[in-house]
Amino acid sequence: MSDTTAPKAVEGGLNFLDDRLGSTTFLKRNLKKVFPDHWSFMLGEIALYCFIILLLTGTFLTLWFKPSMTEVIYDGSYTKLDGVKMSEAYASTLHITFDVRGGLLMRQIHHWAAVLFMASILAHMLRVFFTGAYRKPRELNWLIGIGMFTLGMLEGLFGYSLPDDLLSGTGLRITQGVAEAIPLVGTYIYMFLFGGEFPGEDIVPRLFTLHILLIPALILGLVTAHMMIMWHQKHTAMPVRNQTEEQVYGYPFYPVFMAKTGAYFLFTFGVLALLGAFAQINPIWLFGPYDPGAISAGSQPDWYMGVLEGALRLMPNWEITAWGHTLSLNVLIPALIPLGIIFGGAAAWPFIEQWVTGDKRLHHVNDRPRNAPVRTGVGMAAVTFYGLLWLAGANDVLADKFHVSLYATTWFFRFAIFIGPVLAYILTKRICLGLQRSDRATIEHGVESGVILMSPDGAYSERHEPARAEERHVILSKENPRPERPAVDANGIPAPSTKGPVGHLRSRLNRAWIADDVPIEDVGHDGHGHGNGNGHAAIEAGEDHREISKH
Amino acid sequence: MTLTVPTTDTTRTGISVKRFTAWRRRPWAGYAVVLAALAAIGAIYAGFSPQTDRAEAADTTRAAADLNNGRQLFNDNCASCHGLNAEGTKDAKGKPIAPSLIGVGAASVDFQVATGRMPAMNPGAQMPRKEPIPAFNTEIKTDYKEPEKREEAEKQKAEAEKNLADLRNYITSLGGGPEVPSAAAVDPEGGDVALGGKLFRTNCAQCHNFTGQGGALTGGKYAPELSKSDVTPTQIYEAMLTGPQAMPVFNDTTLTPKDKQAIIAYLVKTREEPNPGGNGLGRIGPVSEGLAGWLIGIGLLVLASMWITAKKPKKLKKS
Amino acid sequence: MSDDTNENTAADEPRGEGARPARVVGTPSPAAGHRVLAAQEDDLRPAPGAADDYAAPAGAGAELDEKAARRAERIVSAFFLLTFLASVGFIVYFIGWSGRDGGMHGVVRTRESNFWLGGLMALAFLAMAAGVTIWVRRLMTSAPIIQERHELRTAEADREGFGAAFMEGARDSGITKHKMMRRTLLLAAAPLGLAPLFLLRDLGPLPEKRLRTTFWGEAVAKAQKEGKKGVRLVVDGTNAPLKVSDFASPGGMITVLPEGIEEDLPEGDVLTQTAKAVTILINVPADEFKPAKGRENWHVNGIVAYSKICTHVGCPAALYEQTTHHILCPCHQSTFDATDAAKVVFGPAARPLPQLPLGVEDGYLVATSDFHEPIGPSFWERG
Repeated sequence: MSDTTAPKAVEGGLNFLDDRLGSTTFLKRNLKKVFPDHWSFMLGEIALYCFIILLLTGTFLTLWFKPSMTEVIYDGSYTKLDGVKMSEAYASTLHITFDVRGGLLMRQIHHWAAVLFMASILAHMLRVFFTGAYRKPRELNWLIGIGMFTLGMLEGLFGYSLPDDLLSGTGLRITQGVAEAIPLVGTYIYMFLFGGEFPGEDIVPRLFTLHILLIPALILGLVTAHMMIMWHQKHTAMPVRNQTEEQVYGYPFYPVFMAKTGAYFLFTFGVLALLGAFAQINPIWLFGPYDPGAISAGSQPDWYMGVLEGALRLMPNWEITAWGHTLSLNVLIPALIPLGIIFGGAAAWPFIEQWVTGDKRLHHVNDRPRNAPVRTGVGMAAVTFYGLLWLAGANDVLADKFHVSLYATTWFFRFAIFIGPVLAYILTKRICLGLQRSDRATIEHGVESGVILMSPDGAYSERHEPARAEERHVILSKENPRPERPAVDANGIPAPSTKGPVGHLRSRLNRAWIADDVPIEDVGHDGHGHGNGNGHAAIEAGEDHREISKH
Repeated sequence: MTLTVPTTDTTRTGISVKRFTAWRRRPWAGYAVVLAALAAIGAIYAGFSPQTDRAEAADTTRAAADLNNGRQLFNDNCASCHGLNAEGTKDAKGKPIAPSLIGVGAASVDFQVATGRMPAMNPGAQMPRKEPIPAFNTEIKTDYKEPEKREEAEKQKAEAEKNLADLRNYITSLGGGPEVPSAAAVDPEGGDVALGGKLFRTNCAQCHNFTGQGGALTGGKYAPELSKSDVTPTQIYEAMLTGPQAMPVFNDTTLTPKDKQAIIAYLVKTREEPNPGGNGLGRIGPVSEGLAGWLIGIGLLVLASMWITAKKPKKLKKS
Repeated sequence: MSDDTNENTAADEPRGEGARPARVVGTPSPAAGHRVLAAQEDDLRPAPGAADDYAAPAGAGAELDEKAARRAERIVSAFFLLTFLASVGFIVYFIGWSGRDGGMHGVVRTRESNFWLGGLMALAFLAMAAGVTIWVRRLMTSAPIIQERHELRTAEADREGFGAAFMEGARDSGITKHKMMRRTLLLAAAPLGLAPLFLLRDLGPLPEKRLRTTFWGEAVAKAQKEGKKGVRLVVDGTNAPLKVSDFASPGGMITVLPEGIEEDLPEGDVLTQTAKAVTILINVPADEFKPAKGRENWHVNGIVAYSKICTHVGCPAALYEQTTHHILCPCHQSTFDATDAAKVVFGPAARPLPQLPLGVEDGYLVATSDFHEPIGPSFWERG
């Protein structure tokens, strides 16, 4: 093979396309597109590959699944349910499980992929948040991501409702109860959704269409947009050497990134197959067909709905009845407020941050979480809030497994969801600032060398050595807060952005944002020689001091 | 009955085990052991088999003696809480400490004592299942290889069975009540599994979970696991019949013996059924699935991503 | 190919202020590229040791140690062969074993099939993934490169140009000038956009009074027309009617339905009506039972019936503790007191469970009327 021309097979195809689309310019330009490397950049890829796997396995399942609620008498190979009345949806799911070869495997991979899809989106969003990768110019992709997570929740809810088993029917029952609680139009939404009263015979076919057509199409559209925007804007990079706002450093798309991401696709499919083979998920044959009079202890939704479930469990029983109308705050508040805070807050956050900091610049290099203590603190507060609600959704399992009183868990979570986030914020911010101080010490004094020196008067100290260049580079990526613009200029006229109550709020928030920040300057110091800072500064290495090497 | 067959078998297997002391290896030892075991079993069997042909008159005397033994056992183990006449006791504020046992019947006694819940050690939110006290431990291990140990254990077991029977009879003599179901009535093979599933999901799963893994109740109480094999069909039947502790009562006219047998059949079949999809993750539903998804799924993939993006192996480079 | 990269740079040329000379550097042919980098673009090469911070392929532009490369190749190939074997195994198992004795049916065969198909599939994918990863890490010789991040913003002149073109188009189209046309267009668009929404009207019936009644009412009315006192309660699952004497054990609980719900209703309505009519029957010890005012004769010696549908969001509130007489909903732990008209004692539910008036007829337990209030979750019109 010649070193400079592509083999004929490739070239022929490319030329065919190029003659018609002029595509080679685009391909050539992107063949060597640079992708910065970091393990956490691959979290989003899990979601992408799970989505592809969901489409593939989902299509397989539709080949046998019958989205119908017509009652049939089961007469299949799962003998424990012989002669039981059930919907065709449930019966066909049993058929896929026990009579179609590989059917159970595909069902389990599909379900595990759904679990991992949502989990990886969340993990990816956390990575993006804590590194500030959502900042200008990437707000759009951040919003698209939140959209996909929300759609994913719906998609998952609809999906696990389809088999019409006892657990999924319970989930639908709760969905119906929540829909009914909506003021003014609740009962209409309920009737229109279910085609009459719960459960009726329409809901499974309707959810099926939404689950396999409408929502996947929307998600696919958003995934495409997300990828195209990412490709166009280029990926953010971690604040390491060679990564700057003007340039991106890494390996070329072809062949390195392509092979890496290909390997990761295989890993994702492999792990899902592993789970599908060895970890049972959603054993609908054990749940039994849906029966409105039956219920199981520990009825939980899939993990991503756990927050809503937890909120519903914690809410005190507030309900207002006046003028012939009932307002179910005990349902509305938990259904809307917590997720509203989390999603609404997440969506607004990039713009709030921009407004508070006044930073309208483009950012391509990520922040280290410690260098934005307020953001990291708020993020951890949100994680705590979400995590506590999530745990509260499993409070009966917790009470059972850890032998604590059920009501005690409820009361604990009722308080913890308010106190926990505050504590998490304070603690995280303190930790961030502590890390900043330790960073400054590293820059100013170097790192511990493990070499103990004895001075002539018998005092011991440890020799410090300058940090490695890469480490210094990472630490110095911190952007120190710019000196605050004076609220009042030389002529006594307040700066435009600080006027009025909103302006005051902004400048107060701005001060809070940078409060206690530890500025780190590159002192140009090579770092060596400093002892513990109380009198040993003059000690130099070597010469007539005894050196004790620490191993 | 073919009681002797397993005995011989086990003994013979026992001889093949290496760790046996020397004398047991002698040719006569095996026969001696078998004979001794047979004699012991025969004696026990003869003593407790209801079919033995003994005079009716002797029965009456025995019955009186048994009832006496039952009362003695009650006084020793139960009366401190339930009162000398089993009328129940209350604390100073009139709050019941222990309920009256008059009319609770043999099924209740059998359930509470054979599962070790009674006699209770310390009154908490709920009496846990535990190993019964020695006097009532009918589940004692008897498959010892050493004949004397085995004999001893079997004697203890027989005694425990007799004690339990005497206690049951004594409580029944105080005011009747539900009887212990027959072996045929609780045989899982005779039950309608499909009906049992329906009844279980409607009446039991709300506390015990869809596969009988148990669940939380209020105030630190819990619905116990039914998925382990030490929960015998008889105990399941008795629990439904008598409603121990917080559990409601499902008497034989509400859920007929046939319905109960169906529920037992469902439970036993379910716990014996393998998990076709791999590890059952505790069969408790989405909580453990979510945990596995995060810890194993995301965990493995994070490890993979770290490997893919890890530092290069230096030594490979030509220097 | 070095040339390619330079063109590549040209195509990518950053615009606007701060643009630097093009310097997207690729180093495709290892030896040459290495030299070029070393010679001319020294500042772009990571400082010695710095490259360790990145997940560099083995060579990073350098030549590979031949022995190590051969070993790596053997490892990678071994993984690929493993994938080959696992995939062949998958197919062989599928064709050869999984379908034996008339196909895979039942739990045991499903377990076997899931184990082999899933296990082999996982092995195939994971082995290939591992192979590719080792290939990237040990055998690929691409060097890290640097690429400009070009300005995303369009140049000011282009923005202005667009604005001008947009306004020109608007002027040319006449939409700004012809007011009446513009307004009628907007007028026309509004109902046209709304019209399709009306198609959704037939998704379901209007709520009307549906949520206020259950099948109990219908069944009681039918029974009373026949001169009876009420409709019998039958056990859910066995359909056996219950006598008072059948349910005489204190602490008893059972789920009941109105007699005839399965027989009298069309097939498709049974579940829907069951979902509203399902009721729990509890035998509260008569001395602990506190009948609510106006409901003194709704119970039979402490036998009392409550709707099983939780007033919170509608799960079956089915968990009854006979010691505390609490009815607990296992979904969200709303707790109701069975001795006291099912009042809420804990949890998110705001209203007691509706109570079903009971009576006795020929020794059988009967319901003498429907629930007196809507069962299940609250709704706006409930009042």
